[in-house]
Formats: sequence, C-alpha cells, structure tokens
Amino acid sequence: MNTIAFTTAGQELVAALDPRFGRAANFLIYDTDQKTTRIIENQQGRSAAQGAGIQAAETIVRAGVDTLVTGHCGPKAFKVLDAAGVKVFNCNAATVDEALQELLAGKLTAAENSDVEGHW
Amino acid sequence: MAASSRNRSYRIAVASGKGGTGKTTVALNLAAMFGEPVQLADCDVEEPNVNLFLRCDQLEATEVTMLVPEVDQQRCNGCGACGELCQFRGIVAIGTRALVFPELCHGCGGCALVCPTGAITERAHPIGTISVGQSGAIRLIEGRLEVGVSLVPPVIRAVRDHLLDEIPAILDAPPGTSCPVVATLRESDYLLLVTDPTPFGLHDLKLAVALARELNLACGVVVNRAGEDLVGLYGYCQSENLPVLLSLPDDRQIAEITSRGDLVARVLPEYGLMFAELAEKLKRELGTTGGTP
Repeated sequence: MNTIAFTTAGQELVAALDPRFGRAANFLIYDTDQKTTRIIENQQGRSAAQGAGIQAAETIVRAGVDTLVTGHCGPKAFKVLDAAGVKVFNCNAATVDEALQELLAGKLTAAENSDVEGHW
Repeated sequence: MAASSRNRSYRIAVASGKGGTGKTTVALNLAAMFGEPVQLADCDVEEPNVNLFLRCDQLEATEVTMLVPEVDQQRCNGCGACGELCQFRGIVAIGTRALVFPELCHGCGGCALVCPTGAITERAHPIGTISVGQSGAIRLIEGRLEVGVSLVPPVIRAVRDHLLDEIPAILDAPPGTSCPVVATLRESDYLLLVTDPTPFGLHDLKLAVALARELNLACGVVVNRAGEDLVGLYGYCQSENLPVLLSLPDDRQIAEITSRGDLVARVLPEYGLMFAELAEKLKRELGTTGGTP
C-alpha cells in the first residue's frame, strides 16, 4: 500500500469523503512514503453518459494508484480495478483524513466484490 | 425523401413526444378499422403492449443480436488501442489485458479493426426478440428488448426489417423525441402525432413537430381527451399548418374499454366510424403526396 486514492469533492485531507466513486469530483491521492497529497480531477468519469465507473477506474489505474478508499463501488468499476490489482476499501468515514486514519489503523477490510448494483 | 422514391406500400408512424397521450390506443384502433390488411409494428420495445390487445398466441420469434468483442488474452499485449477508440467504455485495456463490457458496447466493431495483434474477434450478443403474429387482418410485429440491455435502436431497426413491403404499416413509436423515436420514424412516409390538450402535451408536441420537420416528414395531429380548453392547441396547429385529423373526446368509456384490453373502435360504433374516417384521410393523403406504391 503506497499510493491511496480517496474520492472527494474537495482538495485537502480535511475535505469530505465522497461516497460515490464514478461520479466523484476528485481523487485525492495520498503517498504513504512521502506523506504527500495531490489531486486528480475525475473530469471524464463525471461527465460520461455511461460507464462513469469504468472511466474513473481507468483514471486512477493510470495514476499508479494501488489502493482505493471510497463509499461504494459498482460491478463494472470493480472489475477494472480488480484486473489492475487495485485494492478497494469501502468506508463511511466523514472526511478523507478520517478514512485515511481508519485505513492505516487496519480498521478497513479490502472488498472482495462490488458492494452496490450497477446503474445507468 | 423516401416517400417519393419508395417502391413499397406506405408506413405511418404514430408518435407523441409526451408519454401517455394514447399512441398505442390510436395505432391499434386505426389498424382495426383500416379496411384492408395492415401491419402493426410495436416499436416501443422497452415496454411492448400492442399484443395485450391483439392477443396473438402463435408468435414466430426471432432473436436480435449485436456483435460484441471477445478478447483472446493470449494475443492481447495491452496496448490500449481498443480502449482509446471506444467512446462507450465497452472495452477497456488495463495492464496487459482488455476487459469487455457488452452492456456498454454499441457494436461498431472498431476495436477489432484497430487491434494490432488480432486478439479481438466478434461474437453475437442477444439484445432482443422480434415476434410476428396475425390477428384477423392485422399482422403484428413486436420488438422486445432483452432485460438489462440499454441499446434500443438496433431492436427497433430489426422490427422495421421484419415489415413486408407489400402491406401498409402502422408503427407505434416509443414516447419522447430521442434516438428510439428517430429509429422508428426512419423510412416512414407519414407521422401521426397524438397529443392531449395540456400544457405539457402541447410543449412536447412542439418538440415532436420539430423532429418531424428535421426528418422532412409530413405529419398530422390526433387530439386525445379533447376537453374545453383547446384554443392554444388548435391555434398552434393552425400556425404550423398541421391538420387535426381526429379529435377524440374525453370519454370515460374509452378508458374503461381500453383498460379491459378491448378496442373502442370495435366496441362502440361511433368510434369505429371515427377511426375508419381517419384511415380514409391517411390513405388519401398518402395517395396524393406519398407517390405510388
């Protein structure tokens, strides 16, 4: 676990964790080695008519992310993330920072499957 | 337009813009009173209901398929060309493999063409069913979308492909003015627009008329549930040179008979006459402007 992506509408660790994956505004990427953050916009995923989750998954895979922390993840996005070896953690923490603490404290379990139905 | 060059019998599409105006009621009753053999195509493939009224029990079914990619992972080198080409996320290259999402594929075949290693072949994926039956003088062609499939136009095109050239056809369109409706209207010779005299009905009628103009399609209006407040609707029709071919009153009996699965034109003679007259008007119209069959 080196590069973690969190879904959020904000820009910083104190921002709210967005429970949605495919339609989240931004991915906050946290590097556990450097302890640095950066933002990747989910421009294409947000505006996709269909396949937002797939697009968002591609975006974070390309960014070299190995761990995703989000509220929910649908079957198509999960399939892409799984194929790329990205671990998915479902989390209902209020903020990105809280989610990060829970993850680092080992309170979250990697999902073995998508946790919500696909939608159109 | 197709109308002048066609060497087949005419096709009348019934559409509305707004849902629930009575498209299927008009299409069915018109077909029942057509006075000659006619085809009735149920193009509302997401919720086909014409056969609830016709009750054809011996239907000949044909599967509608679309070609979707299949990836030989041994040959895929993960170059990503397929995923870059696909605008619908139907195929995505991740690492050294390509993942296919058939439910998002539009069947263009582009991924197979751009794949440099020949890893992509195409296989038929079922997306719907066409059922053909006969009820008296009416030949029914029903399209039905497979559950979980969102690609409607290919199934509607398959319905149209099952129409016979030598018999006139009435096509019952889905509501709205988007791709499924356009797919229904293509190659039609006349558009019958069913509306109700509500602000919503008029608003969506205007959208449907704009669509008809775009497709260069002659059209006429059927007003359903005509009550007292008709000034705005008739004023609009007049200003747009849209003939009002039939005005059905807001009569509770129509709702009762229809909800039993019967056709009002067959149960109540006064309505039978109205729909027979509508059929005559359309035949005259298509005889003069629609060219010779």
